[in-house]
Order: sequence, then C-alpha cells, then structure tokens
Amino acid sequence: MVAATWLWFLKRKRNKMPNQFHIQDWVRVKNGEIFNSEGLVFESSEDKLNPFLKAAYDCFKLEYPKFHKMDGLSKLGILASEIIFRKNKPTEDTALVISNNASSLEIDRQFQESTETFASPSLFVYTLPNIVLGEISIKYKVQSENGFFISERFNAQLLKNYTESLLLSKKAPEVLCGWLDLQNGEYDVFLCLVSKERNIPFSEENLRKLYCAENDKPTH
Amino acid sequence: MTNLHTELKESIIEQLNLEDMDPADISNDEPLFGDGLGLDSIDALELIVLLEKDYGIKLTDPSQGKEIFVSIDRMATYIEENRTK
Repeated sequence: MVAATWLWFLKRKRNKMPNQFHIQDWVRVKNGEIFNSEGLVFESSEDKLNPFLKAAYDCFKLEYPKFHKMDGLSKLGILASEIIFRKNKPTEDTALVISNNASSLEIDRQFQESTETFASPSLFVYTLPNIVLGEISIKYKVQSENGFFISERFNAQLLKNYTESLLLSKKAPEVLCGWLDLQNGEYDVFLCLVSKERNIPFSEENLRKLYCAENDKPTH
Repeated sequence: MTNLHTELKESIIEQLNLEDMDPADISNDEPLFGDGLGLDSIDALELIVLLEKDYGIKLTDPSQGKEIFVSIDRMATYIEENRTK
C-alpha cells in the first residue's frame, strides 16, 4: 500500500513537473526544401540529391571543401547541422543523437558496385552510419557523447528518452538529435537542438509534430 | 605542359571530388599533400587506385606513394616510365 501510494505520488509529481528542456531550434530537409523555425530557408528545383546538396552548399556558403568528398548521408548531416549551429554555436560538450532507417545502405551499395572493378577507399570509409557523427564532430569541434540508432521509423520516444537521459545526467548541456535518412536518393532529415533554452517544450508529441509538419510522405 | 599533366589533373579533380577546382589551379610542382592541395591519406589510396585503373601500374608497396605523389611533375614522370597501358 505504501509502495502504491509512493508510485502514485511520483507519477503525479512527474506529470505536474514543468518540462525543463526545450527544442531550441530545428531544421527539416526534404523534397528539395529546407525549413527551420523561421520557415522555408531554401528550395531547389533539383530532383537529384547531389545537385540539390551542391545548390544548398553554394546558397549557404559553407566553404568547407571536405563536404564534396563526403557521402550523401554525411553531406545531409553537415548541411542540416550548419543551419542549426550557425544560429546556435555548439560547445565541445554538445551531444549528438541521430537515428534512421536505412543505416548507410546508400553508400554501402555504391561501394559494393565499386568492388566489381576497383574498390574505392573513399567510398569504403563512409560505410557505417555513425561516420556522419564524426564528420559533424570534426567540423564543429564537438567532443561529447554521440549515438546513432537504426529504427524502423521515426521514433520520438527513443530520441526523447536518450536525449533526456544525457541532459539529466549532465553528460551534455545540449543535444542535437533527430532523424537522418537516405535511401534510393530520397532524403528525409529532421534535426533539433534540445537544451534548457526556453522555446518549444521538448516532448514526444512536439517532436512528432515538427517531424510530420512538412512530411506528408515519410520515407519510412 | 604535356597532355599527361592535364589528364592527370583532370583525373585527380574528378576522382578526389575537388569541386570548384580547375586543372589550371594546380601547379605542376605544387605539393599534393600538406600545404599544397591538402590531400589526405584516403586521397593517397585513391591515387594508388587511379594509377592501377588508368595506367596499369600496381604499387605493391604503398609507401612508394610518398615518393610518387609528391607533385604532378613527379607523378607524370613515374607514369611515363612505368605505364603498361
């Protein structure tokens, strides 16, 4: 009885506890368009991934030659992070928590094709999904916790729980988290920066809302 | 500048994805690594692949790359002396 009362109290307290973390900023990249909290920031008529990425690179004046050597997943990750980090400079403790459905399948296939003639070292180095986390860490000098999860579809609960755990345990003061999927040339990106900075309350519902707002047809 | 020099520069730009760079931007004696073109270790492996694929030169010892990939001039000389296609 005492335990039941205690559980009831904790649950009630938890439900009433104000949300202490917020989605400080976010970015959405899909179907030739890039949105952030201010609205549409870039659109391109280019259907194909690489011309779209090149047009966005030029538009945002990334000036990072290494970008051109990356695989599509890393380019998408760098582009999306740049849009968030330009306004919100990361610290070396900013954590990265990203997930997707296709892992690194896009570049895995390209590498597989290259092995029929001459296996390409520059394709091989991208045949893991978490390489994008390394690329983001190098560009923004981030040295904190990072994790890449593969899940069937956009999983707000996973992102919320893992991100919150990093923040509550003070492993990171802020977390860049979200969804970064690329397969068969179709890309579906949603990243958000979560911190104590007041803005949109950080909840599964809000993550889902932001992800779905510009996403009539998810890749998964 | 020989055709081989131009061909090499074009191949390097394409193979190593050196966007926004033209063959004219690469000097024949410019260091390819370090302060010059700023290529990295993965680029070195791609250059080894390029030698085999385009000129039939198979480097058995990757450390040979250090002597060959010094500059476009050095690469061109090595290719002329060792090419099988």
